[in-house]
Amino acid sequence: MIRFVPIFVAVLLACAFSVAASEGKTLRMAYDADPTSLDPHEQLASATLQLSHLVFDPLVRRRKDNSFEPRLAKRWEQVDDVTLRFHLRDGVTFHSGRELTADDVVWTFERLKKSPDFKALFEPFESASAVDERTVDIVTKAPYPLTLNLATYIFPMDRVFYSGTDENGRPKDAVVKHGASFASSHVGGTGPFRVTKREQGIRLELERVPDYWDKASPGNVQKIVLTPIKEPATRVAALLAGDVDFIAPVPPTDFKRVDAAPCCDLITMPSTRILTFELNQDRVEAFKDPRVRKAMSYAINRDGIAKKIMRGFATPAGQLSPEGYAGHDPALTPPYDLEKAKALMKEAGYEDGFSVTMIAPNNRYVGDARIAEAVAAMLAKINIKVDLQTMPKAQYWQRFDARDGDILMIGWQSDTQDSANFYEFLAMTPDSATGYGQYNAGGYSNPEVDRLTLQAQTMTDETRARGPEEDRADPQRGGRAAADSVAAPGLGRA
Amino acid sequence: MPSARAGDPIREFTGQAVSESERADLRKELGLDRPWPVQFADYLGGAARGDLGTSFIYKKPTVDVVLAKFPASFELVLGASLIVLLLCVPAGVYCAVRPDRLGARLILGLSVLGISVPVFLTGIVLITVFSVWLGWLPAFGRGETAALGPWTTGLLTRDGLAHLLLPALTLSSIMLPLFVRLVRSAMLGELDHDYVRTAWAKGASPFRVWIVHALRNALLPLVAVGGLQAGTLVAYTLLTETVFQWPGMGFLFLEAVTRSDIPLITTYLVLVGLLFVVVNTLVDLASLALDPRVSLEGAR
Repeated sequence: MIRFVPIFVAVLLACAFSVAASEGKTLRMAYDADPTSLDPHEQLASATLQLSHLVFDPLVRRRKDNSFEPRLAKRWEQVDDVTLRFHLRDGVTFHSGRELTADDVVWTFERLKKSPDFKALFEPFESASAVDERTVDIVTKAPYPLTLNLATYIFPMDRVFYSGTDENGRPKDAVVKHGASFASSHVGGTGPFRVTKREQGIRLELERVPDYWDKASPGNVQKIVLTPIKEPATRVAALLAGDVDFIAPVPPTDFKRVDAAPCCDLITMPSTRILTFELNQDRVEAFKDPRVRKAMSYAINRDGIAKKIMRGFATPAGQLSPEGYAGHDPALTPPYDLEKAKALMKEAGYEDGFSVTMIAPNNRYVGDARIAEAVAAMLAKINIKVDLQTMPKAQYWQRFDARDGDILMIGWQSDTQDSANFYEFLAMTPDSATGYGQYNAGGYSNPEVDRLTLQAQTMTDETRARGPEEDRADPQRGGRAAADSVAAPGLGRA
Repeated sequence: MPSARAGDPIREFTGQAVSESERADLRKELGLDRPWPVQFADYLGGAARGDLGTSFIYKKPTVDVVLAKFPASFELVLGASLIVLLLCVPAGVYCAVRPDRLGARLILGLSVLGISVPVFLTGIVLITVFSVWLGWLPAFGRGETAALGPWTTGLLTRDGLAHLLLPALTLSSIMLPLFVRLVRSAMLGELDHDYVRTAWAKGASPFRVWIVHALRNALLPLVAVGGLQAGTLVAYTLLTETVFQWPGMGFLFLEAVTRSDIPLITTYLVLVGLLFVVVNTLVDLASLALDPRVSLEGAR
């Protein structure tokens, strides 16, 4: 029911960057946390991916406009319905001096399939095989549209570097989610930087690799020092004081201050995360009535929340998938009409309203607790009395997993950068066997949404492109079907 | 001892799309699926053998992780204590012997302010003034450190000392007002005693009367209270270290709490408890040595 969307993180750059041009610059960056592991496959998290882009290279990566840019794969072609062939760049070497070959890509792919965090994403793939030294075929189990999207997660690792056993006799390639492993403290990649020093939680130092293959992008940074600064106010102060050159994220309360400061530029990027509230139909009888769900959606002033709480750094959402994703339907705009909301409540027989509980985290998403408070206040206007409880994320996920609340806040980003992913996790009928609807805490179930979401998963770009009408079709129709009943129902995003 | 209150560590180290069954497997691997009495017995068994568990975040034995952060916290507390000691005695004595002067009133007024402003705010204000506006001191971290065997110290480099100043000042802002008032009231009490009158009558110099006679006796409660306050100081290092991104035990503890690193949380608590016992014992022994009226004989 609520969704506003995105735009969220801000990054900023200090003056040191403009000085750059000359050689041997040290870039001092401060993030809110440092990566807990150097293993790119241990945890699927933004900190991991940020590090991966420095010390490894992906096969392909996204440009700013969301199109794919060749990296270690210089080109690719669809061989048949299920096979995508990648041609690797020549002359790319790992930091060990070994040359990158197709075997390294296959090895990395197989490790991904074993990683608890990545295996679900790589589930649609059958196998990867080396055709020759520089050619890899990735085969899917059925026609699958997102092979390239997922190739952005393939950062080839140095197969030889990670082979054998460490001093404790454990295999060096093991993906260990807890406890020490070779890969969590050693890196062998092809990336522009290599790790020279690491004191976990204090600093991470990286140094430019002398013979980096991408001569077209030499950069001017010789050394990077990454320090975590957890406290947002201190992070901003460190930037303004010139102790660091770059911080992320910038707390929304400091956007103006940072933007106005002569030393720094504030850079904002749209976020694709949606923030939504799920209505637990198993606990509240009234939520089973689509009119009630719709009324609640109409009662929420997303614009107001985006402007007042998020200070303009969020956009109201009328559907799960963000603008720019295949399947986004511009016609679905966020509704706000208090009169209509009241009329719908009356029609459903809940003119006098009812009381429900709401749970939300208070340190997980930007502005989460305050947004929940605002929504609770807005729902009061249609006589829905909300008993709100906010809590730190460590406690929140336990409550959420137990579906322990009538209204539950959830934020979601699509790991595949595709619309269907939102519906798969948030809108499909929950099914523990397949994992579909894993975060659909509301118990919303619509066979049409289920069918369209699954159908979208097997449409390749080509079939999608066949007719503009049908093409947009699926993810989009799913969106509409969902909007009719779900969105009205319980989805919002910020 | 995972309980609903401590949060679920598994959530912390798995991505959003990891399936429930995958999480259940991990929970089983870590033994978190067992009933808590079993887990607790297991923990006690390990503890008896000196094994307090492995941190989820740092992937190392928790004792090593906490102890590695000890030097940073120790130096911070040391710095703060030095500031408190150096300032509280002259300020307290001054306020006691010249209670009507403007300076004394100012000091007492500031001490009320110091004790009522949250340490968090003090830290941010100091950073804003000395780092952002004036640019004199660094805003965060411990700076350059030197290794002396297993101990890393920031006290030997100029950079390290510059980094220490603001956090130490912030931390001392909690203790200083209390100690100024303590010294003042103890001094006022001593000044009323007969021996002080005798000293004046003998024609001793003010310095001799105040410092050599009165202050010496006034310092006794300082030692006793100082020991008890060590606990408060440890509590405030949590906040100070967080504001300044000071890589000490307090910061580590808050990190462990937010990330549900249960072994690390318990180990920190055990070690800090141990620290309390040691400090309080030392304080008791110190008062024994300083105050002839306190003796172990009486306890028998």
